[in-house]
Amino acid sequence: MRLQVVNSPFNEEQVKLLNELLPKLTLEQKIWLNGYLSAPQATQEAIVETIPEANQPITKTMTILYGSQTGNSQGLAEKYASALKTQNVDVTVSSLGKFKASNLKKITNLLLIVSTHGEGDPPDQAIQFYEFLHSKRAPKLEHLQYSVLALGDSSYEFFCKTGKDLDEQFAKLGATRIVPRIDCDVDYDDAAAQWFSTVQQEFLKQATAISVTSTQSDEKLGATTYSRKNPFYAEVLENINLNGRGSNKETRHLELSIEGANFLFEPGDSIGIQPENSEQLVHALLVALKFDPVTEVTVFDEIMSLKNALQKKLEITVLSKPVLEKINVYTNHNQFSKLFEEPNAWKDYAKGRDLLDVVEEFAPFTWSAQQFVEILRKIPSRLYSIASSQLANNDEVHLTISKVSYETNGRQRFGVCSGSVAELQIGDTLPIYVHKNPNFRLPEQKETPIIMIGAGTGIAPYRAFLEEREELGVEGKAWLIFGDQHFVTDFLYQTDWQRWLASGTLSQMHIAFSRDTDKKIYVQHKLEENAASFYEWLEQGATIYVCGDKKSMAADVDVTIHRIIERQGQKTTEQAKAFVQELKQQKRYQRDVY
Amino acid sequence: MTEKIVLPPQSGKPSDVERIKTESNYLRGTLERTMNDPLSSGIPEDDNRLMKFHGSYLQDDRDLRNERQRQKLEPAYQFMVRVRTPGGAATPAQWLVMDEMARKYGNGSLKLTTRQAFQVHGILKWNVKKYMQEMNEVLLDSLAACGDVNRNVMCNVNPNQSALHEEVYNWSAKLSEHLLPRTRAYHELWLDGEKVIDSQDEEIEPIYGAQYLPRKFKIAIAIPPSNDVDVFSQDIGFIAIVEDQQLIGFNVAVGGGMGMTHGDHTTYPQLAREIGFITPDRLLETAEKIITIQRDYGNRSVRKNARFKYTIDVKGLEWFNEELTRRLGWSIQEARPYTFERTGDEFGWIKGAEGKWHYTLFIQNGRIKDFEDYQLLTGLREIAKVHTGDFRLTPNQNLMIGNVTPQKRKKIEAIIDQYKLTDGAHYSALRRNSIACVSLPTCGLAMAEAERYLPSLITKIETIIDETGLNDTEIVIRMSGCPNGCSRAAMAEIGFIGKGPGKYNLYLGASFTGNRLNKIYRENIGEEEILAELRPILIHYAKERLEDEHFGDFVIRAGYVTAVYDGREFHI
Repeated sequence: MRLQVVNSPFNEEQVKLLNELLPKLTLEQKIWLNGYLSAPQATQEAIVETIPEANQPITKTMTILYGSQTGNSQGLAEKYASALKTQNVDVTVSSLGKFKASNLKKITNLLLIVSTHGEGDPPDQAIQFYEFLHSKRAPKLEHLQYSVLALGDSSYEFFCKTGKDLDEQFAKLGATRIVPRIDCDVDYDDAAAQWFSTVQQEFLKQATAISVTSTQSDEKLGATTYSRKNPFYAEVLENINLNGRGSNKETRHLELSIEGANFLFEPGDSIGIQPENSEQLVHALLVALKFDPVTEVTVFDEIMSLKNALQKKLEITVLSKPVLEKINVYTNHNQFSKLFEEPNAWKDYAKGRDLLDVVEEFAPFTWSAQQFVEILRKIPSRLYSIASSQLANNDEVHLTISKVSYETNGRQRFGVCSGSVAELQIGDTLPIYVHKNPNFRLPEQKETPIIMIGAGTGIAPYRAFLEEREELGVEGKAWLIFGDQHFVTDFLYQTDWQRWLASGTLSQMHIAFSRDTDKKIYVQHKLEENAASFYEWLEQGATIYVCGDKKSMAADVDVTIHRIIERQGQKTTEQAKAFVQELKQQKRYQRDVY
Repeated sequence: MTEKIVLPPQSGKPSDVERIKTESNYLRGTLERTMNDPLSSGIPEDDNRLMKFHGSYLQDDRDLRNERQRQKLEPAYQFMVRVRTPGGAATPAQWLVMDEMARKYGNGSLKLTTRQAFQVHGILKWNVKKYMQEMNEVLLDSLAACGDVNRNVMCNVNPNQSALHEEVYNWSAKLSEHLLPRTRAYHELWLDGEKVIDSQDEEIEPIYGAQYLPRKFKIAIAIPPSNDVDVFSQDIGFIAIVEDQQLIGFNVAVGGGMGMTHGDHTTYPQLAREIGFITPDRLLETAEKIITIQRDYGNRSVRKNARFKYTIDVKGLEWFNEELTRRLGWSIQEARPYTFERTGDEFGWIKGAEGKWHYTLFIQNGRIKDFEDYQLLTGLREIAKVHTGDFRLTPNQNLMIGNVTPQKRKKIEAIIDQYKLTDGAHYSALRRNSIACVSLPTCGLAMAEAERYLPSLITKIETIIDETGLNDTEIVIRMSGCPNGCSRAAMAEIGFIGKGPGKYNLYLGASFTGNRLNKIYRENIGEEEILAELRPILIHYAKERLEDEHFGDFVIRAGYVTAVYDGREFHI
């Protein structure tokens, strides 16, 4: 793989230097360097030499992005790219749909050719880029110089609107124009050619004048002061339902800003969310209790209103045995005490029910507001695997959260955390902290093959894994096996995997959609189908990851793994067990199951 | 062994589609692999180009496109399959299979196209092969229903002279068969046909060659006085010439076509021009030679200038006639006289010559499904179960239940009544003469709504029609969601061509008989303006029309637009 700014974490200058150096190294040199760099003090002690600005011609780089509906922009982009290449410019051409907008921070020269459709709309493939640039997340672009060629049709009211908007927005973000934008009508050839010739003139004129400028080093990431007790209030940047219309599920993709949190996390880690109870549920409970919401109570040494305590501090959605036993003290209802007569009666009752059910069914109670709150425990925080790499998205953390929703006793109920997360609006904040998960880590040897198995939201950490490996330019093999209900609606992060398959970051993928065919197909069936290949990967030293549901998926996968090793490796059941045990000890079989 | 076809050299770089065709090994490409790739319900663009030759292409639900992109899901991909039905004929058994598969694999509806074909939308990739196989069981296929080849051959649906119609229909079927691609790719890919290694030395496609045609190619046969097939909108139009109830031959017209590109005046709709008369035995030969001229001289560099009409307009009709004579080795005769009266359909019961009956249903925009208050799909299924004749898809997207025996008529009438299936009698004559293409949400080319919008627009125009007493006056009104012209909007007395969401160009002045194009009257207008523009013209027409004067003729006489008999004057 040849390094480029868009496929590596390096800036243009670094890419250039690395590309000069890397091909000249021997294998031994590369291995030595690998070890040297992984020692933490190495880079600090390395002597930084300035590159002598000798008579070497400076290679300029240019990124050309296009947003095309009919192919005109693409055609021009490709034409200009080859023209610049003959001038010794290192050109990267990409559609706006495929370009990761966060890479804008890494490039310094940009030509943008974009058309406008319908009533001023961007081409489909450019919509996300357009929205990103106009969103709060758009980075400062003072390092960037650019020029826009806008294509359009003057018979429409909003002629060339997309080009105009993007041009202005780039300027607003601090970028400088190489030459002013030109707006082209349907018959665009001449105007476009004129634009390009002035661009070329200006741009190449600078070539001799530009000196190598160093870019700022990354901000040092100090230790965070935020924790479970003192969570960071992260702003919601994006909250998307990943399931298409008609799905039985609702899986939220949450993007949170952690700017200023000084969080440090690795792929495999989780985020803890300190949830609050639903306002409606608290209201209903207060009505049923016949307590005044503003009654003062003391919880965990803090004085606050009853309403606040119920909404922010206390767990009201789970009926545990201790809670039920404490409640029993305050009621004379004869049916309630019956819950403790039979061994599992309380369990059957508690399943799917919450405190409101108890209060509604077994009133009256003899408790005071203070006595009532003392029955309850603190709302526990919820952990979610991180679905993004910090290398790829420095100031963000992404989560994949399945909304829990079910009906019991004639009332619709939602997961405490997932239910409220689903309702979050962009700009809302959410109290979070980082939860380290050292038992779910990418291999220490970066090129080690990895096999990732997950169903539903169990896929989240693998998105982080692949983002990380993409950023690092890891060439080791990666295999993903994913399962959910329906291909059309439940293929979580489908376009991400497709992109990584195309680029090679992901070598292969198998999918199991259980409800698309008469016969239910799950991830373990896909594993079984590819048993020979799976065993071969293990022999090549692959690490296996399993993430997701513990009781059924992870258990079935575990049985299947044992069986494959037994059959493919021609081992006895005992030997296979020992083999798996050995894998676990070598951290080559890691699980994050719940 | 047939010699390889070598195309004469052309200026200009061949378009990308030419590369795809050349590299496709006679329409195979990598379809076998990509249709089986489980990770995407779509296929790559190159293969989709080839898929068209197999009568299908990849679309997506555009209503969901942006939403799904945000959801990190690929577009809601689905395949459209267009079924080849020469002359629009289908047996009851075939009807039942089309009906069942529309519900089992498609979106629960059938679309009757303006080229008399069935179209089914919403088929998932994993079901395409099953679809092809199951229709093959009743001898239907989709070979060459799209792509740069000769498409479904259209034929007049003439219920009045059954024997004659049968004879002409048979010619359309023969034409269709004769001009099919000969590659085995369709059989290999969809019907598990044995894989044949095509020899590199031998020409697999004796008519088309390895690169097929530069662009799509359309043929229709009309039987005067009906011009329901819009014969002048075709690349080749054949007009049946009848003397003493006998078919004596066909007039030949060449170089018509509807498609254009907004803002590009080198593109335009064009009318086919009559070049002479041939006897029936020379029909296949004539069509084939005409096609080879287009194969050799059509523009393979710029696809929007690649239709046959531009080949003729660039080279000249005289050159074409000479080239055709050279290729045929004989000269065609002088054209014979005939008269066209209308392009629309006649609805309701009509008695044919041999005591059989035909019933033409009005199908709004050719869409057959179970609507909330109109069980059209179910009703037709019930008819197909008892019907012993045939079904004829009309060029105006309507449906004829053909060759009903007197014994069966009562039974079919009862089903028609039970499901309230309509011949359109209670609709305005304007609505009965309307056509809309599919457009959004499935068509990738659509710029504005068509099928989902035209009915409601007509309802609004009908208030004007009511006020002016034009309720029973037939006016041809057509809407296309883009300028490619599937609804033949450029041949409508009132034509709409989509420009952007909710915006249309308004065209007026084509003829009722289909021998004149319309002309732009207003550009890029929305509903309010459309109604405001049409109102005074319709009032004017109601007041001052001459006896039997059609709306299209009136707007020219009254000076709203000028008459266009040659596409090269369409934009002037």
